[in-house]
Amino acid sequence: MTLPIFALLALLIVVFALGVILARNPVRSALSLVMTLFFLALLYLFLDAHLVGALQIIVYTGAIMVLFLFVIMLLNLQADPEERSAVTTLGTAGTLCAAFVALLVYMVGNTGIAAGPASANFGTIQTVAEALFIRLMLPFEITSVLMLVAIIGAVVLAKRTIQ
Amino acid sequence: MASAPEISWFVILPTVLVVGTGLLILLIDLWMEGPDRDALGWLGIAGLIVTAIASVALWNTHEIGFAGGMAVDRFALFFNLLFCLGGILALLMSMNYLETTDIRIGDYYSLTVFAISGMVMMAAATDLIVFFLALEVMSIAVYALAGIWRRQLRSNEAALKYFVNGAFATGFLLFGIALIYGATASTEFAVIQQKLAATTPDARGLATIGMALLLVGFGFKVAAVPFHFWAPDVYEGAPTSITALMAVGVKAAAFAAFARVFNDALGPLMPDWQQVVAALAILTMIVGNVLAVLQRNIKRMLAYSSIAHAGYLLVGLVSLKDQGGPALLFYLLAYTLMTIGAFAVVIAVGRRGQPNEQIDDYAGLGFRYPSLGLAMSIFMLSLAGFPPLVGFAGKLYIFSAAVHAGHVTLAMIGVLSSVVSVYYYLGVLVKMYMAEGDTVIDAPGTRPYLMACLLIAAAGTVIVGVFPSGAYELARLSFASLG
Amino acid sequence: MNEIVPTHYYVYLAAVLFGIGTAGVLTRRNLIVIFMSIELMLNAVNLVFVAFARHFQSADGQAIVFLVMIVAAAEAAVGLAIFLSMFRNRETLNADEMNLLNG
Repeated sequence: MTLPIFALLALLIVVFALGVILARNPVRSALSLVMTLFFLALLYLFLDAHLVGALQIIVYTGAIMVLFLFVIMLLNLQADPEERSAVTTLGTAGTLCAAFVALLVYMVGNTGIAAGPASANFGTIQTVAEALFIRLMLPFEITSVLMLVAIIGAVVLAKRTIQ
Repeated sequence: MASAPEISWFVILPTVLVVGTGLLILLIDLWMEGPDRDALGWLGIAGLIVTAIASVALWNTHEIGFAGGMAVDRFALFFNLLFCLGGILALLMSMNYLETTDIRIGDYYSLTVFAISGMVMMAAATDLIVFFLALEVMSIAVYALAGIWRRQLRSNEAALKYFVNGAFATGFLLFGIALIYGATASTEFAVIQQKLAATTPDARGLATIGMALLLVGFGFKVAAVPFHFWAPDVYEGAPTSITALMAVGVKAAAFAAFARVFNDALGPLMPDWQQVVAALAILTMIVGNVLAVLQRNIKRMLAYSSIAHAGYLLVGLVSLKDQGGPALLFYLLAYTLMTIGAFAVVIAVGRRGQPNEQIDDYAGLGFRYPSLGLAMSIFMLSLAGFPPLVGFAGKLYIFSAAVHAGHVTLAMIGVLSSVVSVYYYLGVLVKMYMAEGDTVIDAPGTRPYLMACLLIAAAGTVIVGVFPSGAYELARLSFASLG
Repeated sequence: MNEIVPTHYYVYLAAVLFGIGTAGVLTRRNLIVIFMSIELMLNAVNLVFVAFARHFQSADGQAIVFLVMIVAAAEAAVGLAIFLSMFRNRETLNADEMNLLNG
């Protein structure tokens, strides 16, 4: 991972993220978010997180964002003329980001540590699976309860007929 | 080849029992006919009783399992008992309350029990990720429950506001967890504590920012000022039995996790977070009590009352290491009893199609329904902190712990804001006994489960108030088991 | 030209992403866009985890990202169901119009 590639990806990510919060039409926001997630996945690949990068594309952009787009299309949401102006949003974003990064730089400093070379197996399905099913087994099992609760909740709220 | 994961059955027993109850409710709901789902409520209560018994049986076990993820210790068991108490009372009040709404689905009960399972896991979590997932289980269940009265616009709006604010807070919590992971390469409380204790204060930058973000997230979850804006709307709009669950269960679980995280994992950073939590406590007590005075709707008033009580609990958090810990736990017990009781009265006063939620609707109820009047008097006086009720004992412990730890200003502000609170709590009683009104409510005798809930809560408020030392000793033993 | 990227640069990028997401939640009125801004915040968190997983050479961070994605999916399911339920009653998803409960 070299600095120019990182800079390019970072720029693309930030531009599309701004697109999410500045677009008037919700469909444009959703598509901007898809692009942001895509470039983040590329960044993950460069960070030797192969499985996570693939999952980002499959799960996040492929499932979650499709769900978003489904709902937007279903409800036929349009651009809202009474929305806040883009300038306010951009201004808020600028202030918050600047403040947060300034705080980080102040507290953490420019220590400039880079990560060492990764082992050959790092980021592959095997190592992630080992972490997930052995050390993080309890959180994994809790997510099964989480999914059940989410399914019940979603069905209860969105079902058309109530018995 | 990798080693097998370690499973500690004692650690996971309470969680398994509650989740199992939820699953059972879900399954039996499939076979039930007709709109009457009370049996599911009883099933939930039975399951919670079994969990409480199991928690008592585990009293002398102290184990951390699942690679440092979850613990069974007296702290967790105390909260299990608290959640079972709150859960049983909430289910009792639900069974009669749902008749006045058009919520006829059994999923109400399964979601409630799953929410309680999330709470149980939160109090036992010793890893930031386990805590986070348990929080999400509880939160998502309660988001759905807040909006479960689908035909009521207020319920929809409550679920919406709760969801957006909750998800926003989750973002902050997660970023804080990520930064702490970045600072210590681990999410286990014990490891984080070790690593932070070993670093010099200068090198703690990342962890400090992580801690600040965690504070913001927690602030949202317990509705501390200035992160409280969602609470009055959500409490007012949600079905009243769910409001009770939120006010009592969600808050207690959040404080349990708050105490564990900030005492164990972030213990070395205590001087830093103590100041911030103290500031939050002051703001919360003042704003909560002052704004409660202005409310005309009893659910909103109780929402601001909850916010104020979160302020008192934060005072306990500031003096955690001293005597604040046991005081915090005792106050949560007191708060559970008083607040559930108050909400039970709100349900008793409401009827189908006429929620009677304005304080003016309480006019004259004291004499026409004496048992209800007595119950409400007990709860209002206890919330205001009058002896010999449990609210007084709770405040006594919390404020004396603060003084003992040297935070005298904090205690003074607490006492002063308590005095302010007397105005709005007694205001309800004045309306009930000294005003004329003609609100008609359902005869208490027709709603036996609700009456049972009121009886238990009132009895608890009086008995634990008159004899607090037993419960306080329990709280002390429970807190002492924290690492 | 071929310098390795220091880990904290990723944290700064994540901070910018988080700030953009927060600004979206605070300023936009359309609920779906607010929710998408929250997704931006969650992705910022994922970036921090992946970066530090690489830094510490520990797969735990990546497994955590997996779990965070699951949580995001669960929240999306319930959140969008809430929006649907709201929309059915009110025909709007504008936050300014959700004022039944104010005051």
